[in-house]
Amino acid sequence: MTAQELLRGDLRLVASLVPEGSRVLDLGCGDGTLLAHLHDERSCAVRGVELSREGIVECVRKGIPVVQADLDEGLAAVGDGAFDTVVLSQTLQVVRRPDHVLREMLRVGRTGIVSFPNFANWRVRGYLALRGRMPVSETIPYAWYDTPNIHHTTIRDFEGLCREVGGVVVDQIALVSSRREVRQVGVLANLRADTAVAVVASESRLAR
Amino acid sequence: MTAMTAGPALASGPRTLRLRSVELAGGGRLDDVEVAYETYGELAEDGDNAVLVCHALSGDAHVAASDADDGTTRPGWWDVMVGPGKAIDTERYFVICSNVLGGCSGTTGPGSTDSETGEPFGLKFPLVTIEDMVDVQAALLDAIGVPRLRAVVGGSMGGMQALSWALRYPERVGSCIGIATTWRLGAQAIAFNEVGRTAILGDPHFAGGDYYDGPRPEHGLATARMVGHITYLSEESMRAKFGRRLRERDAHAFDFVTEFEVESYLAYQGRKFVERFDANTYLYMTKAMDYFDLCANATDPSEVFAWSPVRFLLLTFTSDWLFPTYQSREIVGAMQRVGADVTFAEIESPYGHDAFLLEPEAQAEVMAPFLGSLDGWRARREVSS
Repeated sequence: MTAQELLRGDLRLVASLVPEGSRVLDLGCGDGTLLAHLHDERSCAVRGVELSREGIVECVRKGIPVVQADLDEGLAAVGDGAFDTVVLSQTLQVVRRPDHVLREMLRVGRTGIVSFPNFANWRVRGYLALRGRMPVSETIPYAWYDTPNIHHTTIRDFEGLCREVGGVVVDQIALVSSRREVRQVGVLANLRADTAVAVVASESRLAR
Repeated sequence: MTAMTAGPALASGPRTLRLRSVELAGGGRLDDVEVAYETYGELAEDGDNAVLVCHALSGDAHVAASDADDGTTRPGWWDVMVGPGKAIDTERYFVICSNVLGGCSGTTGPGSTDSETGEPFGLKFPLVTIEDMVDVQAALLDAIGVPRLRAVVGGSMGGMQALSWALRYPERVGSCIGIATTWRLGAQAIAFNEVGRTAILGDPHFAGGDYYDGPRPEHGLATARMVGHITYLSEESMRAKFGRRLRERDAHAFDFVTEFEVESYLAYQGRKFVERFDANTYLYMTKAMDYFDLCANATDPSEVFAWSPVRFLLLTFTSDWLFPTYQSREIVGAMQRVGADVTFAEIESPYGHDAFLLEPEAQAEVMAPFLGSLDGWRARREVSS
């Protein structure tokens, strides 16, 4: 598979970061597309957590075990380090307490993979600076008054939050998407990327 | 496979199997146990399409509609879910349902004749547990040639049996579907059961349980059923269904007659129940539910699921206060802790505990694809083990 093919959409990138055969928990797994892919293509043992009824039904259709739960109520049921990989894909910005969710994620998983829209992207900055209005873009397609995204963040802010909750960003992949493709960017990531995928782990677990 | 389907479902009609003896989980033995059961649909050649449905407190083996000899159709207690084209599709699955041990609809229970005395058992019938009910079902399946179950399904007390099945016979069960159920009752549910039992035990006709020759403790049993029905509904559904409406009158009677709609409903439910149900069985069933504790022998509930190969589906209803969602979440959590294969959803419904009988679409939406996703479950399990 070429790098280009691997990078179609952030889900595909997230999937490529998950080790073969690992135990994966997807928080806010939606219709289970990622988990089904990880199960079928990478032989992972997969579990989902999802709030919406539509998502639950779609997961069941795909044969994915899924538990209906609100991430803001915590993952008390899940044991420490119960999963190899915990995925939080385009979900960080919709929860009430991203800090709590990230902390829980680091507790139950050895590695976390978080993808989120980068609010520091130059187009977003420009939209706000030049028009003086809340940005609407392809990665942030909602009007400010009717959006599931209640906590926008930037690549730099995410690093700060990660430190705050005792985590370390092990790897960070910055993406620029256009209609045709998703590209990785190296320099000036916080300015150029519209989406970020971060691999995180808890500091204490890394130290061990 | 569907070509032979005649009428509502290819149904066996009522059948009875006799078991020579049954060892009880609490010690002791029952000899010559009769088990009333019915089947619907056809068992596939590979035997992988069998679904056992376990009934709740007042249910029986007649889970789905079937044609009676006189040409009429007898409705089943879970017609909304079981039948051709339903979530538990009898054109696809071989469905078995039996009356539980201790019941009063054909299976041996306190109203059956004790071969030692020639009289009905009454309270001499041993206290049976959910586990005993499950063991009798397993013996029944052995006898009728059903080696494994794609799914064991039940609501309320039926869900307790389904959960118990998954622990007692994990190798025979592909999946366990528990609806509006619990791994153990809370104090409130036990309390309501005790009110029902107190009403029966205090009925002047109860006669220590030996009432089969004379008048029956109908008042006590009807009262128990009235209490039960209150717990099966929600405040919201009662408000919507009855409000403060009066029945067949415009003003209060200033007398102790049945005047509110809700009173008339409860009185009707009580009357209807005593025609078909045995008071002693009510005592035994409620006690079996009170005693049930899926994880009684474990220090941590997670232990019991640690190596379970069974796939679980648990469903609850938002307004069910008798078997509240938090109890299912507890057991789902225990399963999650050890990585068991569990799917859980809480269905929005105003109907209280009764929702498992009244919300077919929302249940089917999850249950039908869940059952479908078990195609080839046995082969997959062999690969992974």
